[in-house]
Amino acid sequence: MSEAERDDAGLPRDELLAPMLRRVIGVVTIVSLVALVLFGLWGAPTDEVQGDAQRVMYLHVPSAWLAYLAFFVTAAASALFLWRRTRAEVWDRLAGASAELGVMFTGLALVLGSIWGRPVWGVWWAWDARLVSTALLFFLFLGYCALRRIPAADPVGGAKRNAIAALIAFVDVPIVHFSVEWWRTLHQQATVFNPQLNPQIHGVMGLTLWLGTIAFTLLYVYLLDRRYRLAVLEDGRADRELERAIAERISTSRGVVA
Amino acid sequence: MTGERTEVSIWREAALVAGKDLRIEARARVALGQILPFGLIVILLFAFALDPDRGVLTRVAPGLFWIAVLLATLLAVGRAFAIETHHGARDGLRMTGLDGGAIFLGKATAIAVQLAALEVVLGVGVIVLYGVDVNGIGVVVLTAVAATVGLAATGTLYGVLAAGLRLRETLLPLLLLPVIAPVMLGATRAFEDGLGGVPGDAWPWLGILTVFAVIYTTIGVMAFGALWEEAA
Repeated sequence: MSEAERDDAGLPRDELLAPMLRRVIGVVTIVSLVALVLFGLWGAPTDEVQGDAQRVMYLHVPSAWLAYLAFFVTAAASALFLWRRTRAEVWDRLAGASAELGVMFTGLALVLGSIWGRPVWGVWWAWDARLVSTALLFFLFLGYCALRRIPAADPVGGAKRNAIAALIAFVDVPIVHFSVEWWRTLHQQATVFNPQLNPQIHGVMGLTLWLGTIAFTLLYVYLLDRRYRLAVLEDGRADRELERAIAERISTSRGVVA
Repeated sequence: MTGERTEVSIWREAALVAGKDLRIEARARVALGQILPFGLIVILLFAFALDPDRGVLTRVAPGLFWIAVLLATLLAVGRAFAIETHHGARDGLRMTGLDGGAIFLGKATAIAVQLAALEVVLGVGVIVLYGVDVNGIGVVVLTAVAATVGLAATGTLYGVLAAGLRLRETLLPLLLLPVIAPVMLGATRAFEDGLGGVPGDAWPWLGILTVFAVIYTTIGVMAFGALWEEAA
């Protein structure tokens, strides 16, 4: 790596977002999350049927949305890596970072859904189509993350292998969806993305849900940037540490001679 | 990979690889001596878990059958790539210049043949031990064929993906089982219709099994070459 690509501390400069942009996104994320807490707990009216339990929705739905977004980003980045003309390390790291966040948000969606389902459906878990496919999605990409954790002898070959694994897993998503959908169907129909676009939920409730979606998406972008940076620093860490150790050794031995 | 390679030669090459794997199997008898008895003991253990006197076994027999096949698939896939690790076999196979897609088809065929043989024995075991009736033998056979092709294709794909990796024995089940969950689901429902239910109801499931098999066989033919090169 040339000197120009390193900062003063000798670390690679490779960043996903410009530092200024990252700071702005970070601040907006915190503000929107605080607003979500206020609207979710106090601003939005209590649901007539489900009571306060319905408020879990403001976290559950954004988590589920992010799960899909994150896995889509993983698949798209993997495809871009596999395509020779766009092959670059950035896509491999982005795919890995996004998959980890996707697994986290999928897990969050499952747990929150369970907490919501207990008072509303009377059970922690139901063998409903969307629940089962989400659980399978969780394990599909958990496996992908486990695969990524195993270091490859050849970095480019390993990245190619990971990209293919992500796409194989992604192809399975619609198959899982349809097979499970045929198997059972019980979940309430999607409310916001209803094609008829009837305002079926109270205005403030809808606003809060959108707020949650935006806040979580910003959080995802911010965490994606941080995870990407971590991956950059992980790569070549051993080399840098060796370099530093040698430099230290040289400087101490010079001191002895002097 | 050369442009003038015809479809016929890919199938010929695949047959060579499949023949090689099956010949090794015929001599080493790991599938026959270890994987098959493993499947049978699983079938037996299910009877311990689910009281055989209450008719539960007969009702859930299709699912138990496919779980046993799924577990055996993991072993068969692990074995299919373990035979390439000794005596520089992988490098030898690479140096033959065979097309990646052909190697994929060959190895998948060998796995499919072994799984099919296993399914016949396990099927007889389930019919005898669990007291299952067969209403539509055609549906059962078609289901088994479509599901086996799907299992062999995904198994081979993930087998080569994990081949040469540290921790591959523990990684393979985590990678493979979520992907083949739809096969488990579809094959079980189709078997339920074909065994105790109305065989005609099985067609949608047969459809999804066929789509699964076609998709993953196609991906395997396309991606195997690259993965095979990377496998350390």
